[in-house]
Amino acid sequence: MAEVALNHDAAVAAGPPKLRRRSALRALLAQPKVVFAGGFIVLLILLALFAPVIAPHDPLDQDLLSGTLPPAGFAGAQPGYWLGTDDLGRDVLSRLIYGTRVALTVAFVAAFAAALLGTVLGLFAGFYGGAVDAIVSRLVEIWMAFPPVLLSILIVAIMGSGVRSVIVAIAIIDWTRFARVVRAETMAQAKADYVVAARVLGFGRLAILFREILPNVAPVLLALVTLEMGIAVIVEAILSFVGLSVSSDTPTWGGMIAQGRQIIYQAWWVFAAPLAALFATVLAFNQLGDGLRRALDPVMQR
Amino acid sequence: MAEALIDARAVVVAYAARRQFLSKAAPPRPVLHGVDLTIARGETVGIVGESGSGKTTLGRALIGLLRPVSGSIRFDGREIAELGEAAMRPLRRRMQMIFQDPMSSLNPRRTIGRTLTAPLLLHGLVDNRAAARRRIEMTLERVGLPASVLARYPHELSGGQRQRVGIARAVVLAPDFVLADEIVSGLDVSTQAQVLKLLGELKREMNLSMALISHDLSVVRAVCDRVYVLSQGRVVEQGRCDLVFDHPQDAYTRTLLDAIPLPVIDPTWLDRQAPGAAA
Amino acid sequence: MTEQLLSIVHLSAVSARDGNAPVLRDVSLSVARGEVHGLVGESGAGKSTIAKAILGILPGGIRITQGTIKLGGRDLLALGAHARRRLLGAEVSLIPQDPLTALNPARRIGAQLTDGLRLWRGLSARDAQTRALALLDDVQMREPARVMRAYPHELSGGMRQRVLIAAAFALDPKLVIADEPTTALDTTVQKQILRLIRAMQERHGTSVIFVTHNLGVVAQICDRATLLYMGKVMEQGTTRDLIEVPHHPYTQAVMAACPRYDRPGQELEPIPDAVLATCRAEVMAFDRAGVSHG
Repeated sequence: MAEVALNHDAAVAAGPPKLRRRSALRALLAQPKVVFAGGFIVLLILLALFAPVIAPHDPLDQDLLSGTLPPAGFAGAQPGYWLGTDDLGRDVLSRLIYGTRVALTVAFVAAFAAALLGTVLGLFAGFYGGAVDAIVSRLVEIWMAFPPVLLSILIVAIMGSGVRSVIVAIAIIDWTRFARVVRAETMAQAKADYVVAARVLGFGRLAILFREILPNVAPVLLALVTLEMGIAVIVEAILSFVGLSVSSDTPTWGGMIAQGRQIIYQAWWVFAAPLAALFATVLAFNQLGDGLRRALDPVMQR
Repeated sequence: MAEALIDARAVVVAYAARRQFLSKAAPPRPVLHGVDLTIARGETVGIVGESGSGKTTLGRALIGLLRPVSGSIRFDGREIAELGEAAMRPLRRRMQMIFQDPMSSLNPRRTIGRTLTAPLLLHGLVDNRAAARRRIEMTLERVGLPASVLARYPHELSGGQRQRVGIARAVVLAPDFVLADEIVSGLDVSTQAQVLKLLGELKREMNLSMALISHDLSVVRAVCDRVYVLSQGRVVEQGRCDLVFDHPQDAYTRTLLDAIPLPVIDPTWLDRQAPGAAA
Repeated sequence: MTEQLLSIVHLSAVSARDGNAPVLRDVSLSVARGEVHGLVGESGAGKSTIAKAILGILPGGIRITQGTIKLGGRDLLALGAHARRRLLGAEVSLIPQDPLTALNPARRIGAQLTDGLRLWRGLSARDAQTRALALLDDVQMREPARVMRAYPHELSGGMRQRVLIAAAFALDPKLVIADEPTTALDTTVQKQILRLIRAMQERHGTSVIFVTHNLGVVAQICDRATLLYMGKVMEQGTTRDLIEVPHHPYTQAVMAACPRYDRPGQELEPIPDAVLATCRAEVMAFDRAGVSHG
């Protein structure tokens, strides 16, 4: 009886239901842009981890005799300096590779810190509403009224320059992005019947918040974290560019861009190489974020 | 009359208007204006009315999801209108709910198996996962689902299957009372008949008390013992189904009944104006 | 025999997305001038697919494999897209299921009602306005002038559906397709809307195809009806025959599965397995025949 009844249900619901389940990972890998973007970021991570092994030269090694050498393939290029050298004779490729260390450290740590802060506040604001929501929402509004660049310069000025200050500055500025999105998403999810169902079943508020709602907010959150990583890379570059990030003896993409700008007519590659790296990295994070959002949404999967 | 499991007296529910920052809250908007309702053990009561009549609000107040502004709601002799969320929790197992839209009432990121297991463990009805699995498989079989649905996600099931999962989730806790809110309104006639038949069987086997909220009076007549007709937050008529449906006393009840198109040839129906019907 | 306005002959369609599974199986039906014809069936039975095929708005992936749809003698499927749109725009209109999404929330009712009049009838803005007011009056809308200036969200569900009925009859079409127009409404409003559709249809002599899953609605508003299951016609005839002397076991079973408030708490009878087996056998017999023909 039951079996036949089910067949009937299935037949009525527009043919047999698709029971093939695509895992999130397969949905992710089915998107070429995700494979490219993800592959590129994995490559960056490897470069950062094994920079001393991979980099052909010491990034700080000055050699004034081989200054402003052009990249391979251009007239006057010297073998071994694939992307040329800067005005102090430092190997651009090696500096680029070492630069991934700061870029990725900031991207991962700052994005996660901002996400953690914003998500916790957003979850509570969206779920409890009332006074909690009023306080968080007002805080977000006030926060967003500050010019972010000035705020970050202020924070770095107080804390002193360095990677740690940059991370703190990004987290303290960008948590509002997460708080707003997570709050809105939480409010939407909290109205869904499955949350009412969990209450009827007797689950406590925190259990509902973290077991029922958070997994449904997670796809948006994950996409947002990935996008934030791209933003963090840019912010770090900006702060390096204005000399507020790490000390100048650590190679950073922002620092290289700042340096390259001054000698752009003599050695454009010193400016162009880190800019291209920055561009590709941010693009990769954005594509990955978009791909994650698609892959993790169980409804969009179909 | 049998002992009442649920006894609601003069229940008033009002929704607070959303407060704007730095401005005074608007006065709450009343939705129920003093409703009396009782449900005996093993009895199925229908709550009918049009959209905006307050039937869903009444149902949610009965199982303690909404707190009334005034009035009393007794569940098995115990006042629940005053109970907070935490104090309600031990009672939750005994009063369950089946939802209108089984898709949105099942967490889309959780397999059916996990959805059904967690409440059993929460209420300590089973000692371990193996025992939970046995109990769930028995319940699934009872509602006509294969054990293979346990590994599935809600969007992988058909509408009828999802509604059965919703029923299984409610009855697996062996509750005393089940609230069913418009549970067949989205289903085809044949699926609807299957679900209603199943519900009737479960009710008898488990001696469940039930409240069936519906805009469809035909569905209520098919499964309920008594019926409450709600209009604009008030009970306009209530009583045994045979009495209310065969001899409606209230004009609004008559209008509602007359508006239902029956599958019979009745050339006068379309132009018949029930008393009190707006043009 | 009365003159046929619409005749569908041996219409079959498949869903490319679903491995070319048939969604319509050899459907034939005809609608006479001034007739209300019910298309009944459960979800997935193909009733909406037929309506969309007539309107030429089949979703991507649904492909008609054989058959003809003739409106007033012209084969719609043989017409080019442009000719077809001209024909349909003036002669066929739709009353949609969801009165909320069918109206543009950002435009006033008046503007939306006059669009069709200006496009198809070439009326001036002023004449279209006058005509639209008269239409709203026709559908018994109170304060039509105020409704013209209103936005959709300012109207109740029943009022929006009245606006859509006015719009559907605005161009005096030969055929109106009503796609579950009362499913989202309360029963008392549903009755008013059914009465209105019937009244408009009789006044204009329009033919109506009424898509519904509710046999009660069919009994009350349709002259004839077609009952579908899995895209195949199970039974077809006058409403009286269908309701009072159903021949096909599926029709009988669906009637028995309908709860009725005028009957004492009966045990509802889900459709028996034997009946479903019969229906499926018919469907499969058709599919096999289709395969053997190539």
